[in-house]
Amino acid sequence: MKLIFEKSVPGRACTLLPDCDVPMAAIPETFVRKAPPHLPELSETDISRHYTELAKCVHGVNDGFYPLGSCTMKYNPALNEEMAGLAGFTGVHPLQPEHTVQGSLEVLAKAEEILCKVTGMDTMTFQPAAGAHGELTGLLLIKAYHRARGDAQRTKIIVPDSAHGTNPASASMTGFTVVNIPSGADGCVDLEKLRAAVGPDTAGLMLTNPNTLGLFDKNILEITRIVHEAGGLNYYDGANLNAVMGVARPGDMGFDVVHLNLHKTFSTPHGGGGPGSGAVGAKSLLAPFLPNRHVKCQGDFYAFEDAPQTIGSVKAFYGNFLVVVRALCYMLVLGEDGMRDASQMAVLNANYLKKLLEPHCEVANEGICMHEFVLTLEKLKKETGVSAMDVAKSMLDYGMHPPTMYFPLIVHEALMLEPTETESKETLDWAAGVIAEILEKAHTEPEALHNAPVTTPVGRPDEVAAARNPKLRAVFDA
Amino acid sequence: MGSYVPSTAEQRQEMLRTVGVSSLEDLYTDVPASIRMPDLQLENGQSELEVSAAIQKMAEKNHLFGSVFRGAGAYNHYIPAIVRRVTSKEEFLTAYTPYQAEISQGILQSIFEYQTMICELTGMDASNASVYDGACAAAEAAAMCRDRKRSRVLISAATHPMVIQTILTYCEGADAEAVLVPAKDGATDLESLRELLCNTDACFYMQQPNFNGLIEDAEALGELVHAAGAKFIMGVNPIAAAVLKTPRECGADIAVGEGQPLGMPLSFGGPYLGFMACTKELFRKLPGRIVGETADAAGRRCYVLTLQAREQHIRREKASSNICSNEALCAMTASVYMAAMGPAGMQKTAALCYSKAHYLAEQICALPGFSLTYAADFFHEFVTKTPVPAEALLTVLEENDILGGLPVENGILWCTTEKNTKEQIDQLVALLKEAASV
Repeated sequence: MKLIFEKSVPGRACTLLPDCDVPMAAIPETFVRKAPPHLPELSETDISRHYTELAKCVHGVNDGFYPLGSCTMKYNPALNEEMAGLAGFTGVHPLQPEHTVQGSLEVLAKAEEILCKVTGMDTMTFQPAAGAHGELTGLLLIKAYHRARGDAQRTKIIVPDSAHGTNPASASMTGFTVVNIPSGADGCVDLEKLRAAVGPDTAGLMLTNPNTLGLFDKNILEITRIVHEAGGLNYYDGANLNAVMGVARPGDMGFDVVHLNLHKTFSTPHGGGGPGSGAVGAKSLLAPFLPNRHVKCQGDFYAFEDAPQTIGSVKAFYGNFLVVVRALCYMLVLGEDGMRDASQMAVLNANYLKKLLEPHCEVANEGICMHEFVLTLEKLKKETGVSAMDVAKSMLDYGMHPPTMYFPLIVHEALMLEPTETESKETLDWAAGVIAEILEKAHTEPEALHNAPVTTPVGRPDEVAAARNPKLRAVFDA
Repeated sequence: MGSYVPSTAEQRQEMLRTVGVSSLEDLYTDVPASIRMPDLQLENGQSELEVSAAIQKMAEKNHLFGSVFRGAGAYNHYIPAIVRRVTSKEEFLTAYTPYQAEISQGILQSIFEYQTMICELTGMDASNASVYDGACAAAEAAAMCRDRKRSRVLISAATHPMVIQTILTYCEGADAEAVLVPAKDGATDLESLRELLCNTDACFYMQQPNFNGLIEDAEALGELVHAAGAKFIMGVNPIAAAVLKTPRECGADIAVGEGQPLGMPLSFGGPYLGFMACTKELFRKLPGRIVGETADAAGRRCYVLTLQAREQHIRREKASSNICSNEALCAMTASVYMAAMGPAGMQKTAALCYSKAHYLAEQICALPGFSLTYAADFFHEFVTKTPVPAEALLTVLEENDILGGLPVENGILWCTTEKNTKEQIDQLVALLKEAASV
């Protein structure tokens, strides 16, 4: 495909702006750049066709099955898009007087109220723009809490080795030392290791539950108690909340602070990598430290308020507001019964697909899983030379997005599947058939799998060359 | 109950049988009974029609002003129709981060094109695929510069207050010191910067045009910063950047900014776009996703996420940043905007903003009691003193469906864009005249 710059024709343009209706003022030469930016010169037809061509080379949830583990690629309802596009939301300036933005403030307040009930938290901020941003925010709350109590020696955050990479990275960014503890083979916390790790320097524990192997940690109440008794706080990574909405609340599990990924659990689209929303909920002990500009209801008037000992801002303004509008639509459609049903069906779909696959390959853990499960293709690789990567790439030829590959790190040749509740039994039956066929092929035609995919616009890119000789932008002849 | 679950009652039974459990509740035996199935005390779900009506009612409680003269970090620019048409394509909207390059070339190529455009706008060598917003971009840029020897961050006090807050919050989290460089006459005070700079400073951050709308002498600031061995970070407005000296021409090591003016609606503050670009000496320190060009086995040009050894999923606690999701669709929005505008359209937008702001300033300052608070030249924002309290003036404007400038310490911070017509400007000035003379 040509780059957009390669379609540019000097002198071509769209007619978008009127002529100046006030006297033109010239910007003094001393401030002016030497040459205009080299941007493409195109007609609207060119632009439309360029992006239509690009769109044909993208697989979204709306194109087909997308069981990308840990990412909760559920269907993004059309209503959400329509509501987020309302002029009443898109047209308001963030610094308008409060009485002129009561609708926006109501959205934030209403979403907070519902999400607090779903998570068992007392308060919530929408300022963080993504999950990792929520982690950063939550850890800053934990840090501020200990400091305010004169407990500054609490400098360590405990993270199981099955955790998402963002957990340790966020802990480092917030000045904590990361204490990695090994998990059991099922990804669950090893209670003895945890007991040995906690102490007077423990600031907190970061945990994903269900964990990254798709199992609900049975010992969750004991885990959070151990951390609390050592004086630490418990942080809930909400990446896997889709398994337990209306079934179990992080607040009841003993967590003090949670982040949610509204772009996973609450159906807002991922947009090819964002924007998301990493709303952070907290128990009341952390409320004094919330990021500033939190919405409060005063009688029937909504207003912004800064927490007394706020950590400050993690972003300008109030977060990715239009993402919150979408999530609120979703929560209102589902309600309590619908949320519980969505989670239960996410778990049933995962177990059903797992059951269909069990005769064909090894699953990392036996028994009932939550909303996702992990295949381990170590044996297949030994027997046939076909790797998890080869199997994943082969799925592309069947029009299926591959599962998450090589994660969690504690499972070898891992493929992590999360079908979500919005997939039908027919789709799951089809997907199981495809995977079974690929695994069969691994024994009969391994070479074909090494070479997959063959039906996509391009084959496997040379990633090593990309990193060794980075070409990060188009270069133009002078 | 509303639902997006396709499974019928019969299918559910069949699937439960296959799994070997008798009910959905039986899937949750690992959840301790004491916390299982709580009563959330939420309402049950509603139909699409009901929710649509409820949400529209909320949207209607917001007031959309007929004309907007407020900026201060969020700018009311014209958005070409093609921008929304392209970015609402479901393929782009509903895809995840392009991990699977073979079925993500459309997104990967669009990011590569975005990176190129940001480099062109800033004069830099490399750009990442975006961060959360301009404030976060500034905070991440400061983090790129810090090391053991040089950890202090200097920030111009003439920066947007929310950007300052964000940098301070990130620095405090990382236990790094951050200091404000005072402003004088509305712009960064060169002498104060000279006095403050020392050999433990990591970087200096400034905003161009600054929070007061003034065009700073960025080159002079940059020279001082480099002489002290620190890195120079410029936060730039992308519309102004189409005409003003590029950060590269001003000597910047890193250029960042709020990309909202590039086709994103005001949207009550988000989603917006943080762009980040830097020189080739620093690109391995950039946070977040970066797309690079490569080829497949058949030699076909293609694009991949690259330099991932910097990132959290590989480096974990040693990563350059924790960022995972970014603002990809906003980056695409900016690309489509810049493609539609082209170089001429970008420069025309900038020229209209500049001309209208100068016309408005001239008209306001011709009124008795009004004057420019600061003497330096400005781009599309400026501060005026007012003969009566700002709030009184803004109330009159509001009654006439005008969102006036933002009340600030030394007056009102006004903003114009290409969307403000002469008629709107003249009406604004007439109302100010009347309100101030009462």
